[in-house]
Amino acid sequence: MCLGAPGKIVSIDGLVATVDFFGVQKAVNLHIVDEPVEVGDYILNHVGYAIRKIPADEIEGTIAMYRELLDGPPGDLMREDVEGEQGARSPRAESRGR
Amino acid sequence: MNATSQLKFRDPVLGRALGDKLNSVVAELGRSPVSVMHVCGSHEQAIARFGLRSAFPRELDVVMGPGCPVCITDVPEVDEGVALALQGVRVCTYGDMLRVPGTVKSLADVRGDGARIEVVYGIDQAIALARETTEEVVFFATGFETTAVATAAALLAGVPKNFSVLSAHKYIPPVMEIVAEMPGTRIEGFLAAGHAAVITGSGVFEDFVKAHRIPVVVAGFEPLDILAALVRLVELVRDRTPEVVNMFPRCVSREGNRVAQEQLWKVFTPVGGRWRGIAHVPNGNLRLKEEWSAFDARRRFTIDVSRLWDYAPPKLLGQCICGEIMSGSRGPKDCPLFGKECVPENPVGACMVSTEGTCRIWHQYGGHLDLRGVS
Repeated sequence: MCLGAPGKIVSIDGLVATVDFFGVQKAVNLHIVDEPVEVGDYILNHVGYAIRKIPADEIEGTIAMYRELLDGPPGDLMREDVEGEQGARSPRAESRGR
Repeated sequence: MNATSQLKFRDPVLGRALGDKLNSVVAELGRSPVSVMHVCGSHEQAIARFGLRSAFPRELDVVMGPGCPVCITDVPEVDEGVALALQGVRVCTYGDMLRVPGTVKSLADVRGDGARIEVVYGIDQAIALARETTEEVVFFATGFETTAVATAAALLAGVPKNFSVLSAHKYIPPVMEIVAEMPGTRIEGFLAAGHAAVITGSGVFEDFVKAHRIPVVVAGFEPLDILAALVRLVELVRDRTPEVVNMFPRCVSREGNRVAQEQLWKVFTPVGGRWRGIAHVPNGNLRLKEEWSAFDARRRFTIDVSRLWDYAPPKLLGQCICGEIMSGSRGPKDCPLFGKECVPENPVGACMVSTEGTCRIWHQYGGHLDLRGVS
């Protein structure tokens, strides 16, 4: 729950954005993001809410870090947490860690 | 594109230099052990995953405290969720909560008995489910300020009448006071969790540092983030200059996310309450404010936990030392069940359930990986 996941805003409809997380798109709420965002910006997502706009000069490094986490072996806990956040795994497959 | 070349927080040369620096600062203190605490499951994951303890000096003890939101959800809180489910309410919760033990049953246990428990990725899925039905839907809301802000925002945005929240949300700053005040505590400094501080800002720790004269350093999740933050923290211990230092400025500001804070405090009020195994934590629990009564599952339902006493508690639970592990006074290796009767496939305590639990992390990454002395 703490790592979150970074993603790129693809479109915005009111306070809901469609965000691309390493190829997986999902809806993210913009109610509590710290700064105004627009299409093309990167945000940090926690449980379906953007909590932070990622500044332009930190996007590359942030993406690289998460990409490395996602390249971890199956069952790696940091990979699991990030995958959970980006919605790549079905939340109904609740056996996280089995 | 070579991804690793962008990992500027992984540079091995810089990593070794920071490791050496950490060794020399700890050596200057000239005593052992020097104990510091972090309060974040993701920090423990990173420390274990990257084998960072092998770079720590022998005299430095980096302890994980109550940083696993699932783990510190208290037994009676799980009981409330279980009882609601047994009363026929549809209970939605995060996947990690399923197997966390209550007094006698977990949510997974009663789901096996036919209760309807839905695992959701976030509160919005629970709300969507409520919109599809006329049945009562309760979101069992757990987690620190990073998830509490989502619960607050969702309520403020509007939810259907058949939806309510069972809040077990916890607020990190007050529990640091408890650890600092524990009799015989050996904790001399704290690493504060990076993403919780995105919400609160590093400024939230300033009063704590003044009151307890214990330094706090905000740290990120990369190996070099953690090493650099530890160097700074031990320097502050060495120099007896307690202050708040933000070593994660690329994510955390002094003020934090004001938009999120404003919504958080519109919906929640801090109250005292128990954290599993630790203590009563004044202002450590986030409860819905009076004006949100209609959406507060505790006010909406009579939650009858007495029916749970028809069952006998699991035999092994009495031997579980999760509470002491979360308060940092003991470690997984001190538990007789760790890796034997208690494993991720069949966890006894909460710390072995969650991906952010100390026991689960140590079990996953080979326990207290310590390569010191290996050449």
